[in-house]
Amino acid sequence: MKTLYTTLKYSAVTLWSMFVIAPFLWAISTSFKDFNSVTSGVSYIPWLQFEPSFEGWKVLTKPASEGGINIVEPYFNSIFVTLISSLISIILGTLAAYALSRFTFKAGFVKNSDITFFFISQRIMPPIVLSIPFFLMLGYLSLLDTLMGLVMVYIVLLMPIAVWIMVDFFNKVPREIDETALIDGCNPYQAFYKVVLPNSIPGLIVAGMFCIIFGWIDFFFAFILTFTEVQLLPVAIVALNSSITPWWSLSAAALVSVAPLIVVAFIVERYLSKGNLSGAIK
Amino acid sequence: MKLVTKNLTFKPEDEYYLNDVSLEFEAGRLYTILGRTLSGKTSFLKTIAGLQPVDEGEITLGEKDFRSIPVWERNVAMVYQQFINYPHLNVYENIAFPLKQRKMSAADIKQEVAVAISQVGLEGFEARKIQELSGGQQQRVALARSLAKKAKILLLDEPLVNLDYKLREDLRDVFKNLFDSDLSTESILIYASTDPQEAMQLNGDIVVIDEGRVLQTGPAKEVFENPANIKVAEITNDPAMNILPGIIDDKEIIFNEDFKLNLPSHLSHLDSGKYFFGVRATDLKLDNSGFNFTVDISEISGSETFLHMHQDELKVVLMIEEVRNFNLDDQVKISMDMNRLYVFDANGDLIFSPYRGN
Repeated sequence: MKTLYTTLKYSAVTLWSMFVIAPFLWAISTSFKDFNSVTSGVSYIPWLQFEPSFEGWKVLTKPASEGGINIVEPYFNSIFVTLISSLISIILGTLAAYALSRFTFKAGFVKNSDITFFFISQRIMPPIVLSIPFFLMLGYLSLLDTLMGLVMVYIVLLMPIAVWIMVDFFNKVPREIDETALIDGCNPYQAFYKVVLPNSIPGLIVAGMFCIIFGWIDFFFAFILTFTEVQLLPVAIVALNSSITPWWSLSAAALVSVAPLIVVAFIVERYLSKGNLSGAIK
Repeated sequence: MKLVTKNLTFKPEDEYYLNDVSLEFEAGRLYTILGRTLSGKTSFLKTIAGLQPVDEGEITLGEKDFRSIPVWERNVAMVYQQFINYPHLNVYENIAFPLKQRKMSAADIKQEVAVAISQVGLEGFEARKIQELSGGQQQRVALARSLAKKAKILLLDEPLVNLDYKLREDLRDVFKNLFDSDLSTESILIYASTDPQEAMQLNGDIVVIDEGRVLQTGPAKEVFENPANIKVAEITNDPAMNILPGIIDDKEIIFNEDFKLNLPSHLSHLDSGKYFFGVRATDLKLDNSGFNFTVDISEISGSETFLHMHQDELKVVLMIEEVRNFNLDDQVKISMDMNRLYVFDANGDLIFSPYRGN
């Protein structure tokens, strides 16, 4: 009975893994094909079934003058914009979330829960609603088509996610822990960074992961707020397309753009399994 | 050194958390704040610690105006009902935390922590994570952290209530030893509890509090024997003292048509009129020549049985020191020990106690 269960369990896991890995294998093999190999029917194994070509990868690093579409610069632009805006969003969002979780705000009928909802509501609006105001605001500030402008816009988009996740997380950290820290001689700032923050690492990691993912995959704002000076990766990948779809270079670009998220996922997985708060309150 | 509170009042919304609380605490004594859940015990402790504001009133420690000192400079210690520790630190680091915060030298910290650990019996657990400890051990860590600080004021907010029976007994012994040791000569110990039995066992001074108001203060024995009014009588007994409204009329105590007693001679000086009569659950007996009552529910607790029953409007609880089963609506006959009867006047204030007379 137990062996049957184990067999079934591993079969299911294997099936699911194949389902997840298949598109990657497909993209990897396609990225090493040329026009003929793609159009000449189904083939999987290089050298045996088709002659591998590195054209798909080479195009990505060649400057436009040599007929390539260089995605190296957009790649580093994307990393810069995503990391900086995520970092600032997490710092500001965590501070805002702690305040919303621990202190009582009242302005007329507006209470803490309303302020929290105000943050989340930024994400409820369809992005297109924000496009014109963002465009005009960056225009007035002369920040259109700059990394700085993109970072600012992404902070607006990512901070609500951080606030939302962290408010929920801080609400689950018992208030008595803060109080005990105060009694034990911490001032409110020390209580926050010596006691509350170290116990909020899983929450910070989840919030950071969401910020990085949402920042990394955004196409819409990267597209409308940049023209020629600055380009982000999603826009550059779209620019790869031409009248004859270059499946090989698109596959290669897709692979390199997914890579950072896979790295993030591995790091996050390691930290999340170390749940750290279970002994705080019984 | 004395901790004095004057007219502490806190009423954030419609209800009083604290209502005109004026108390004095002396170093070297143990005070038990006894009250029901939400009676203001925790509010009072938090106010002393500085975690909760008050609308008005004063707190002074010796000559110092305590209210103007922020929490983190007050040097108080508090143990919560929940087992509150720092989950990211191990046992040693938890206990050392307040000392590090004070910038004590590493060697001194090591020594103080070792003393505190042995006081609560956690030797060998220094490197353990908090999550790996049982509830009782977690509470010992919290207690050790409070002891290591050598605070002038030690606040204990129902520290045993979330533990199971055996652990509670063990830890209560730890407390007793601590309260008898040197610690108690220098510190003010304030222990909040809902459990009258615990308060009596600790045998310090009792402050009975209800709805944020202090009802009675005094040594445990005095409060138990002579509760100032009906509320105190209910709070200081578990199960609550039975309070029966009745009338004294010409040599009789009349509870209702079917339940009349001859007025005992030691109460004969009382005028005719309405009174409330109090009798403890232990002072009621099953007695075939007694009065008829109908069983509502019987609870077995350890080796005792609590029998809840009624007769018309009268409801009483009786304790039997053995395990017996009763069914709903069983008819039983009970009598009460007239020498143990308390008498309260129509306002609920004590006018006769079997220990003191009137």
